[in-house]
Amino acid sequence: MLPLIERDVVDKHKWIDKKGFLDLMTVAQSMPGIFAFNFAILIGHKIDKTRGSILCGLGAVIPSFLIILAIAISFSDYKDNEYVTKIFKGMRPAVVALLLVPLITTAKASHLTIKTGILAIAVALLITFVHINPVYIILAVAISSIIYGNIVCKKGTKNDESC
Amino acid sequence: MIPLIQHEIVEKNQWMTNNEFTDIIAISQMTPGPIGINSATYAGYQATYNELATATASGEISNLTHYLLSVFGSFIATFSVCLPSFILLLIIAKMLVKYIANKNVKQVFAGLRPVIVGLIAASALLLMDSSNFGFATSERIISVLICAGVFLASWKYKIGPITLLIASGLLGLLIY
Repeated sequence: MLPLIERDVVDKHKWIDKKGFLDLMTVAQSMPGIFAFNFAILIGHKIDKTRGSILCGLGAVIPSFLIILAIAISFSDYKDNEYVTKIFKGMRPAVVALLLVPLITTAKASHLTIKTGILAIAVALLITFVHINPVYIILAVAISSIIYGNIVCKKGTKNDESC
Repeated sequence: MIPLIQHEIVEKNQWMTNNEFTDIIAISQMTPGPIGINSATYAGYQATYNELATATASGEISNLTHYLLSVFGSFIATFSVCLPSFILLLIIAKMLVKYIANKNVKQVFAGLRPVIVGLIAASALLLMDSSNFGFATSERIISVLICAGVFLASWKYKIGPITLLIASGLLGLLIY
C-alpha cells in the first residue's frame, strides 16, 4: 500500500517531498492508533491543513467501512449455514496462530531483558487471569516510566541499560 | 489494538462471544484496509446487532430498525477508533513538536515495549478457549494442529495471512 501512496503523493502530485514523506511515516508509526489512518491525517494536513486532514482521513476509512458493512449485513443471513460454520471452525485456530507470530517477532524486537521479560509475563497474566483493564496497565507503566526516568536515571549515575 | 478491543467487547461488556470476535478478526484480516478499521466496523455492527436481537425477536422493533441501528453502531465504533488519533495528530501537526526526541517520551516507549508484548500474549491466551478450539477432544486436537500448522507456515515459510486463512477455512470445510 505504501509504494502506491508514495507514487501518488510524492511523484505524481508532488504534494510532499520524499524526506517529508518519510518523516510523516515515522510519526504516524509511533503514534497510537491505526497507522494508515494516522498517515492519512498527517499527509492531509500538509496538503490543506485541517480540511485536508479530514478529507484524507475520510478517504482512508470510508472504503473499508463500506466493504465491511456490506459483508457484515449479508453475513448475518448465512451464519447458520452448515458450510459457513465449518469454514469458520477451521479459521478460528488460524486467527490465534496469526496472533502468535507477531507476538514472537515483537518479543524478539523488544530485546527483552530479565526485568522486562518478567514485566511482559506479568502483564499477560494480569490481563488474562485477573481481567485487569489493559488501559490501566498502560497508564501505570507510562507514568512509572517517566518517574523511573527522572528519578532513578540521573546524570552521572552508572549507565543502566533501561535508562 | 486487538487485545484492547477484545477486552472491552468480549470480557468487559460481553457484547459478543469469543468465537464471534475471532470470526470478525478473521474477516478483518482478509478484507482490504487497516485491520483496526475493519474490526471496529464489524465489531460495532455485531455488538449492536446482538444487543438488539431480543428486542427484534419480541417484535419491539422492526427488522429494518434492527439493521439501521446496527449500521449506526458500526459507525459509532469506527468514529470512536479514529477520533483520538485524529485529535492527537492534529495537535502534533500544528505544533510541529519534535516530540520523538523528548527524553520522557523515549522513556515511556521503552517502558511500554514489554507491556505491548504482554498485551499480545494476553490476547492470544484469551482467545485459546473452547469456543475457538472446540469442545470435543477430536475438535480440539484438529484445532491445535491447525493452529500449529498455520503458525509454522507463517513464521518459518512466511506464507501470507490471507492464504492461510482461506486454507484453514477449506480445511475446516473438509474435516468437520
